[in-house]
Amino acid sequence: MYCEECNKKPATVHLTQMFNGQKKETHLCESCAAKKGAVMLNFDGQFGIPSLLGSFFGSHYNVKNINTTAEHVICPNCGMKFIDIRQTGKLGCAECYQAFNKDIEPILRRIHGSSRHTGKIPARGGEAVLLKKKIEALKIQLHEAVVHEEYEKAAEIRDSIKDLEKQME
Amino acid sequence: MSEDILNNNYVYWMEAKEGSNSDIVISSRVRLARNLNNLPFPHLLNEEKGLHTINTIKNAWEKSPRENLKDMTLFTFNQLTNLDRQILVEKHLISPNHAASNTAYNGLLVNEQGSLAIMINEEDHLRIQCFLPGLQLSEALNCAQTVDDALEENLRLAFDENMGFLTSCPTNTGTGMRASVMIHLPAFVITGQINYLYQNVSQLGMTVRGLYGEGTEAIGNMFQLSNQVTLGQTEEDIRSKLDSIAGQIVQQERMLREKLSNEMRYQLEDRIGRAYGILTNARVITSNEAITLLSDVRLGVDIGILKGINAFALNELLVAIRPAHLQKKAGREMESFERDVKRAEVIKEKLLREKRQGEDQDV
Repeated sequence: MYCEECNKKPATVHLTQMFNGQKKETHLCESCAAKKGAVMLNFDGQFGIPSLLGSFFGSHYNVKNINTTAEHVICPNCGMKFIDIRQTGKLGCAECYQAFNKDIEPILRRIHGSSRHTGKIPARGGEAVLLKKKIEALKIQLHEAVVHEEYEKAAEIRDSIKDLEKQME
Repeated sequence: MSEDILNNNYVYWMEAKEGSNSDIVISSRVRLARNLNNLPFPHLLNEEKGLHTINTIKNAWEKSPRENLKDMTLFTFNQLTNLDRQILVEKHLISPNHAASNTAYNGLLVNEQGSLAIMINEEDHLRIQCFLPGLQLSEALNCAQTVDDALEENLRLAFDENMGFLTSCPTNTGTGMRASVMIHLPAFVITGQINYLYQNVSQLGMTVRGLYGEGTEAIGNMFQLSNQVTLGQTEEDIRSKLDSIAGQIVQQERMLREKLSNEMRYQLEDRIGRAYGILTNARVITSNEAITLLSDVRLGVDIGILKGINAFALNELLVAIRPAHLQKKAGREMESFERDVKRAEVIKEKLLREKRQGEDQDV
């Protein structure tokens, strides 16, 4: 297989990227890949985990299309600066995710191909989320009840939605 | 307080459970990363906050009425010697990074069998891990979820509606879940198929790496297959995907083994016989050589060329021949050469005892 970019050298770098569930494959030779600034996962030893993760934060190659948080922004909870996070590849605390949200979101998408959690919700700390999900589910049921002209049932569902909404306040 | 886990070779994942593909899959693990709300992640903890973290976790554990949390012991790393921490690494219960710390706020909450091990203040405040023998990812996930539920009753966890469980490294954000299996793939390696496996698996959002050896070199044909993506999929999605990939690899390995034993019988018998010969006669043996030859012996047992050795003994040897376990057995620190001598002794003793027991059963 030849490089998709220059069509001259054999493709030795194979990139698979996931964007919102869409898979995109790119096959390049080493020099074209370097030119394109692709992340070269060159595991010769000098490439430790922190610097690999650091590269997700845009310190090793330039990703132009993300809105980088000004480097002086500090997490109000733990005092971590975005530049520290870039260097270590680690966030300082849960609040950092909010403080640097604009930067973290594209990073999550780059790593996981998604930035939306669909898994487990904790019973505590996740109460609000659980309530919200319950209300959403009830609203769907309400809609169905109305479509099927089951007005008594619809009224019941409406009342439970109201109760839940009160709890949320 | 049960200190068996520090003094014996045994840990539950060694039990080669029948019917769980344990001839190829040594063990399954599910790990959930969790953090407490409002406290800095472990790498930023000072002593005061670190102690606060571990005490909060300790209280949540002690308060929990759940059965599966009852027979656990909390080891804090200031109580453990470096050797003891290495013992835990060699049993795969803690990471080498975790073992590097010796503070009172780094710790391990572990049950007697070592099937449940919770690392405290490793990269995240909590890393709940369940280890089971063979291919049992479903059971391991179930175990981890139950423990997570139990602890969570008394803890406020760092969680975001959109991003899920918040972890110190964004590679774990979301479910915080890493599921993995330890697999023995000699036929993949002998037939040169292993490189295809590396390529294919990474396209499926999974990774394969050698369990022993540095960098890309995989010694002893032992690999770890795990999920890479933790966000945007449910825990069950991740589990079932890994389960099915592992299942396919197992089938493929079986097929390749059969092919090998049909087409290259003499070469295979020769290789396995030589490995057994060296392991039962060597006086000095390095870790790498032992791991390599044990892989051949394991293959020999699996395809019926070697009789009378059971898989449990081979799993136990994987741990027993590592430096910390050898030194624990000897009761003293040993230089590398002394360890090589001790290793040869341990292996020889174990294999010959297995053989005798096997013969007794035949009579």
